[in-house]
Amino acid sequence: MATLKQPSVLPGFGLTFGFTTFFLTTIVLIPLAALVLMTASITWHDFVKVVFSARALGSYRLSFGASFLAASINLVFGFVIAWTLVRYEFPGRKAIDALIDMPFALPTAVSGIALTTVFAENGWIGQYLQPLGIKVAYTWIGVTVALTLIGMPFAVRSVQPALLEVQRDLEDAAETLGASRFYVFRRIILPTVLPALLTGFTLAFARAVGEYGSVIFIAGNLPLKTEITPLLIVIRLEEFDYKGAAALGFVMLVISFAFLLTINLLQAWGRKRLISRVR
Amino acid sequence: MAAIPGTAHEDIASRPGGDTIVSHVVRWTFISVSLLFLAALLFAPLATVFVMAFAKGWRAYVTSFTDPDTAAAIRLTLTIALIVVPINTVFGLAASWATAKFEFRGKSFLITLIDLPLAVSPVISGLIYVLLFGLRGWFGTWLQDHDISIIFAVPGIVLATMFVTFPYVARELIPLMQQLGNDEEEAALTLGAGGWITFFRVTLPKVRWGLVYGVILCNARAMGEFGAVSVVSGHVRGLTNTMPLHIEILYNEYNFVGAFAVASLLTLLAVVTLIVKTLVERTGYRRR
Repeated sequence: MATLKQPSVLPGFGLTFGFTTFFLTTIVLIPLAALVLMTASITWHDFVKVVFSARALGSYRLSFGASFLAASINLVFGFVIAWTLVRYEFPGRKAIDALIDMPFALPTAVSGIALTTVFAENGWIGQYLQPLGIKVAYTWIGVTVALTLIGMPFAVRSVQPALLEVQRDLEDAAETLGASRFYVFRRIILPTVLPALLTGFTLAFARAVGEYGSVIFIAGNLPLKTEITPLLIVIRLEEFDYKGAAALGFVMLVISFAFLLTINLLQAWGRKRLISRVR
Repeated sequence: MAAIPGTAHEDIASRPGGDTIVSHVVRWTFISVSLLFLAALLFAPLATVFVMAFAKGWRAYVTSFTDPDTAAAIRLTLTIALIVVPINTVFGLAASWATAKFEFRGKSFLITLIDLPLAVSPVISGLIYVLLFGLRGWFGTWLQDHDISIIFAVPGIVLATMFVTFPYVARELIPLMQQLGNDEEEAALTLGAGGWITFFRVTLPKVRWGLVYGVILCNARAMGEFGAVSVVSGHVRGLTNTMPLHIEILYNEYNFVGAFAVASLLTLLAVVTLIVKTLVERTGYRRR
């Protein structure tokens, strides 16, 4: 240990490092390894059969399609909300700023039953959509609505600090020189917030793909149609098909890691751009 | 995720082109689109929780909590939080001391591993424990022979909740401790204070707001976790049903007053969490 660690006058490295790695290994690493090992014990043929079954493919289509759509909605509205909170003063701004984090603090089961009630055929919003022929609850639209709510804070909170970084004097200079509002947006604001927008999009997307609680209430949970991948894993487990559940779980784990990598790369890119701008 | 202070608010009329009709139209369009979006997606569901909970009056609302299964679910959720939050707090303090006060090889890798549970779907967080301790899992037969139940019992719920809320305190404290540096600690040690005294009298007061912030987020998540707990709990009424799971059962039985009454408690918990968070931010503490 002494060779790995640089000398310090502070005590307690052995104790805290030991506890940290021990706890991390027992709670996180060994259980995750169990998933990988269980998947490794499946033959290739069986693995392909589970992972590419029609029902699994249907669930990927819904999970990724609805998550992508929800993240795209959040990309647009996340920017609009962040812009409103950063640039404008209006009554209740501070309260709304605080409430943005609500979906993060609110248990998913609560947002699930509440959204279903609001968007049901006789619900506050659902009753006005019903005559238009739009059915939200128990369809893929409902899944998208739930995933949009879950991802919203990630999108807003990523863009907000980046918008504060935009140099107002540059905007003023551009406008004085005759640039249109749209030109200022395209050439000054957008380049500054682009890494943050993409980070927010990816965070919201990643979160939505794994979401379970809020979706299962509003989705109809019909195989091939409104069944998300996490639900299919739960169904496999309830059938005591551990290997099938592990194979699907492994696929989702690999996708989560791909998202994690993308987010880290996007954040590194954003920092690099910021530094090169300051220089 | 911290609320960002409004430093960019200046009198709009003092800026070039700030007081034109177009700028007013743009401004009110942005504000109304934001408010409409949040009203449909966030405020309406929040209001629904309370409207539905009180749909049959105060008496029905209060009576729903006298149901023994509901009371048991509330007790179980509190028990789980009382076990999980202190353990994860001690872990967060240890992890931040080890990673922020010392330089060692593989440090950033260790921090990435600590954040890992945040990237994993809640269903996977439950699944991994079933694969370990479930009846057909790696240790299933051994556990059955020794008559120990983890899955479909309280220990499984504790483990799954611990996994999900694992990083919250640590990821609050690590950047904060790194930023605040070691000068005071080194001074205390030079003046003859021991390691524990330095920790309790110097470090802990220095990071107290970050600690409060991390603990309340960890607690909110622990009490509200649904997916991971749902996989390991077995949904035994009165025994392994936490509040979020009980909401599901009551809702599926069309007991809407009961379901939304329990939901209203969890919504109040979320509101309190956000209020504490806002108060902590007002002290000048800011998440990086």
